[in-house]
Amino acid sequence: MFGKVLSLFMLASAALLASGDIAGGTKAEQLNIPAIVMFFIFVAGTLLITYWAAKRTKSAKDFYTAGGGITGTQNGTAIAGDYMSAASFLGITGMVYLKGYDGLIFSIGFLVGWPVILFMISEQLRNLGKYTFADVTAYRLQQKQIRILAALGSLSVVILYLIAQMVGAGKLIEILFGLDYEYAVVLVGVLMVAYVAFGGMLATTWVQIIKAVLLLAGTTFMSIMVMAKFGFSFEELFTAATKVHSKGEAIMSPGGLVSDPVSAISLGIALMFGTAGLPHILMRFFTVSDAKEARKSVFVATGLIGYFYVLTFIMGFGAIVLVLGDHSGAGGISQYWDTATNALKGENNMAAVWLAHAVGGDYFLGFISAVAFATILAVVSGLTLAGASAISHDLYANAFAKEGVKVSEEKEMSVSRYATFGIGVAAIFFGIAFEKQNIAFVVALAFTIAASANFPVLFMSIFWKKLTTRGAVLGGYIGLISALVLVILGPVVWSEIIHADSLKAAVDAVKATGADAAAIAAAKAQFIKDTAIIPYKFPAVFSVPLAFIAIWFFSVTDSSADAARCEAEFDAQDIRCQTGIGADGAVDH
Amino acid sequence: MTQEMVDKIKNNPKYQKLVSSRSSFAWTLTIIMLVVYYAYILLIAFAPEILGAKMGSGMTTVGIPVGIAIIVFSFAMTGIYVKRANGEFDDLLKEVKKEIEGEMK
Repeated sequence: MFGKVLSLFMLASAALLASGDIAGGTKAEQLNIPAIVMFFIFVAGTLLITYWAAKRTKSAKDFYTAGGGITGTQNGTAIAGDYMSAASFLGITGMVYLKGYDGLIFSIGFLVGWPVILFMISEQLRNLGKYTFADVTAYRLQQKQIRILAALGSLSVVILYLIAQMVGAGKLIEILFGLDYEYAVVLVGVLMVAYVAFGGMLATTWVQIIKAVLLLAGTTFMSIMVMAKFGFSFEELFTAATKVHSKGEAIMSPGGLVSDPVSAISLGIALMFGTAGLPHILMRFFTVSDAKEARKSVFVATGLIGYFYVLTFIMGFGAIVLVLGDHSGAGGISQYWDTATNALKGENNMAAVWLAHAVGGDYFLGFISAVAFATILAVVSGLTLAGASAISHDLYANAFAKEGVKVSEEKEMSVSRYATFGIGVAAIFFGIAFEKQNIAFVVALAFTIAASANFPVLFMSIFWKKLTTRGAVLGGYIGLISALVLVILGPVVWSEIIHADSLKAAVDAVKATGADAAAIAAAKAQFIKDTAIIPYKFPAVFSVPLAFIAIWFFSVTDSSADAARCEAEFDAQDIRCQTGIGADGAVDH
Repeated sequence: MTQEMVDKIKNNPKYQKLVSSRSSFAWTLTIIMLVVYYAYILLIAFAPEILGAKMGSGMTTVGIPVGIAIIVFSFAMTGIYVKRANGEFDDLLKEVKKEIEGEMK
């Protein structure tokens, strides 16, 4: 069965690539043979792993957590892989390329959540949970309501994050492989469904580990090549970059990205606590055997992620000098510049990819393209698994199971596979719908929701004795809804998506006056600012405290019998949380 | 877990020591991390010119080593916690488990 499916995928993808070559025509770039060859090697390799993993994925525990047999180092590498997404690799490098120092602010925000996860929730998750983080939040609270809340929180984050990944994938493949955007998105969707539906967590983990190693190797090489051109002197690299960049020396300082204090703090809250609320990351703590390995995972992950962010900073500055400052194109302008759109070919997120060409030629461009594609595939697989688990484990097997009836493992697993397919279809649909959005901001929105809806409930359920079901449910929904509403009313969704037509009209009006690029950009920024009802891209500074206050308020005012029960059961939960007694082996809640 | 066992573990002095020393260690490190990060964020928000100040005559600004230092610091913090938790705390936990098992027999 799997062999057939495998060959079908290979055929289908070959056909897609071929048709892209013809249909792509003027829109897409020419076919990149080294990239395609390397990508096919990766796909073939990962499908073989999926085949191997599929034979070992028999129980629900295998499917959700790879049987709990992943080591701390492997899991840490896979966590790093989950985190070093296309949004990080392409988005952060692109942001450094575009804004300089501001890119580093983002990187640091993404990283500092990790130590806090280690100190506060990693071993607690391992000791209390089974398959999803809702196992922890629902440990002593009412299963049904808590699991519905957790599933909604998880699915919102998964879908938003998937949008970012799919958009990155589509653009990348369109440019690098000569395949149309829509076909590229479909190809990614089909492959991720194959990994997850057949190989479960085991395949997802190994795809993630392989990709993390490839990505770290590729980016290390690229950074060394950049530094070698400047005699391994940061000073020379920065000096050269300030000469080339239109913002000049301003790229060396915090700039417009976080322009006011509220935005800066809100960004910090979203990134730090958002990491601790990402369902695909939280799920990874259930793949290791005990608390010791869970801790080791975070140590390895933090080291690899931190190292990677230092590299993105070097690559971003390298791209300013070597990509933007290139003179080998027609008329002495950069060969990576698209004169028709007056922007970088494929826009700013392609900075890392063009840098690969600038330092390593066609073959290295091919390698990095294949790695970037692999990155997207690995991350979307992890997300899809987390989303499918929320549907099958939290909703189907627990929240909506008939009272007193235990859902069979076979049934739960088959539901998880249908859910995987459903999420695949949704990802493809959204990937196409969101083609034109900035992918780094879409990820930031996912973080806001994770920080406002998932994290507060998880944190309070572990640490606060007096938490009641009512408090957790109302607080969680208030966090989720306020995050969603504030994001929708914010500048990205409200001004740039909902009012896209009037934005375009406003920009065109300025263009018609013959204004220069800076004036057009200023007019665009002004329109976005004026139109947005909430002027903050990251509303976490409002939604996170709101969620915590609501959880507290609706818990302390809860005098129901259930509230007393929740409090009485805290001691047993806390002992298991502290010691892991009862967490080993088969655990049923 | 029976109520009897819960009470036994809760009243075990070594368990109490484990819980209090680990949680105070974890909270201390968390607070240090939060202070470091939000100090950085507040600096960006209220006094970006400090991070934008040039170091010496070159282009490199204060913000660059500060940023890299926060990344290295974060990693070092995880190392410090894992070393103590996987060593001292886990040894203590083993002793607690042994004592409880002895008592339950």
